[in-house]
Amino acid sequence: MNEISWILIEAGVKALIIIGMMLLVAAASVYVERKVSAFIQLRIGPNRVGPFGLLQPFADVFKLFLKEDIIPAAADRWFHRIAPVISLGVAFAVYAVIPFADYIVIDDKIIQFGIAPDVNIGILFILALTSVGVYGITLAGWSSNNKYSLLGGLRSSAQMISYELSMGLALVSVILITGSLSLTDIVRDQAGWRWNIFIQPLGFIIFLVSSFAETNRAPFDLPEAEPELVGGFNTEYSGMKFGMFFLAEYANMATASALIAMLYLGGWQLPFPPEWLGLQPHTLAMALAQFAFLVIKVAVLIFFFIWVRWSIPRFRYDQLMNLGWKVLLPLAIVNILITAVVLYILK
Amino acid sequence: MNRRKNSEAERLNFWEKLYIPEIAKGLGLTFSYMFRPKFTRQYPEERFEPTGSYRGRPVLVLEEDGERCVACGLCSRVCPALAIEVQAAETEKEKERYPEKFEINMLRCIFCGFCEEVCPEEAIVMSKDYDLVFETKKDAIYGKDKLLVPIAELQDRLEFLRQYK
Ligand code: SF4
Ligand code: SF4
Repeated sequence: MNEISWILIEAGVKALIIIGMMLLVAAASVYVERKVSAFIQLRIGPNRVGPFGLLQPFADVFKLFLKEDIIPAAADRWFHRIAPVISLGVAFAVYAVIPFADYIVIDDKIIQFGIAPDVNIGILFILALTSVGVYGITLAGWSSNNKYSLLGGLRSSAQMISYELSMGLALVSVILITGSLSLTDIVRDQAGWRWNIFIQPLGFIIFLVSSFAETNRAPFDLPEAEPELVGGFNTEYSGMKFGMFFLAEYANMATASALIAMLYLGGWQLPFPPEWLGLQPHTLAMALAQFAFLVIKVAVLIFFFIWVRWSIPRFRYDQLMNLGWKVLLPLAIVNILITAVVLYILK
Repeated sequence: MNRRKNSEAERLNFWEKLYIPEIAKGLGLTFSYMFRPKFTRQYPEERFEPTGSYRGRPVLVLEEDGERCVACGLCSRVCPALAIEVQAAETEKEKERYPEKFEINMLRCIFCGFCEEVCPEEAIVMSKDYDLVFETKKDAIYGKDKLLVPIAELQDRLEFLRQYK
């Protein structure tokens, strides 16, 4: 077999592993979400299905599979069908460029942890894909032919466009420091506690707030604001198509957490010199340790996302726009300016 | 023109307008709540034990020498949900009348307690029974077999009625 097909097979296997992992992560975050919300509200949460209710998410998915899948008579059938696919597909596709650990060398062969972690347009790819993700929600709202869904979809696109700006500008500062768009380079650059969160605290906060808005999570979950929009963009969805939106929300949350970990929290860097554990660079053990620390960082961030959701009430729409355009955008620009000036002086 | 401004910008001081410290405070509060004791009652294992004032399903009082009901039909008349059906019959005893058929449709009953209030004999009272389960509409019509409950089990409610009715 020629080389191309080997590369394709390798990418396919990795993609399957990543998708499997993502589904597990989504299931786990659904469970954690329900448990944390219960604990914050002095309840117990799911505890009947399996030990400590651990199998609850699987029961939920099973239920969704068995539900009737209703398409409203007046809906645009074609777009109604593909909207959830876009949402979920985009959420998964982002993982193509995320490095899960440093590459390892076995018998002079380099094996990457990730499908294409070294591409030199990593961040651009992610930004582009998350912008496509908004089509899923907007199309869902539009094709349902329901005023509440449409309002939810419109809100979501307005919100995403507003916050993408400050998100992108916050990223520019990180790119200025690293001098590369590749996620692997950005992570390598943060070796030995030189994490970007300490160098770019303002940028970190801007990026964090923007990713809450990008993932449609509370306190910015206006596209599905239940009290005013019934269910928001997914009002007319049922069965597994609703399940796909549900999954996409949690997959997006995991993506955002992974991105924040990559860009600001040192990605797969160990928080101590790897020599302490006697690990050699580019060995399997090293890669596993790095992967473990990445998972820990992502898990903490996902917990943070959930914790914020059950603490802070939803913003009003005008507050959301004010915060995006009048606060975060100018701050991001100032941040770029400061970063650029400091870098220029240091050089 | 003495209209006082009460805009958001005016009410909040600088630190509050920054949002971040306030959000951190809120997060701290919710975090501390995660470790407080829980309110939840684990229902089928831990049951709620109502007191005498609780209005569960209405039942007929059964004394040692038979039921108290004299089939006057007042409860059936007063029931706002039209849940009760009584058919009277004669007996040889000094009480003279008894219900040949006494049915309460538990799908209709709204647990208002009017039947208990109106009964001249204190023959129908509200019990503590709150988990009513049935699979068909027919099963939901409780006949005398299910309605008659020995007086010993209803002491709490009778005591309550004596005190407060
Ligand atoms: S409790 Fe109220 S509704 Fe129920 S049977 Fe008695 S009078 Fe009718
Ligand atoms: S339960 Fe009371 S009110 Fe109803 S028929 Fe019997 S005696 Fe009359």
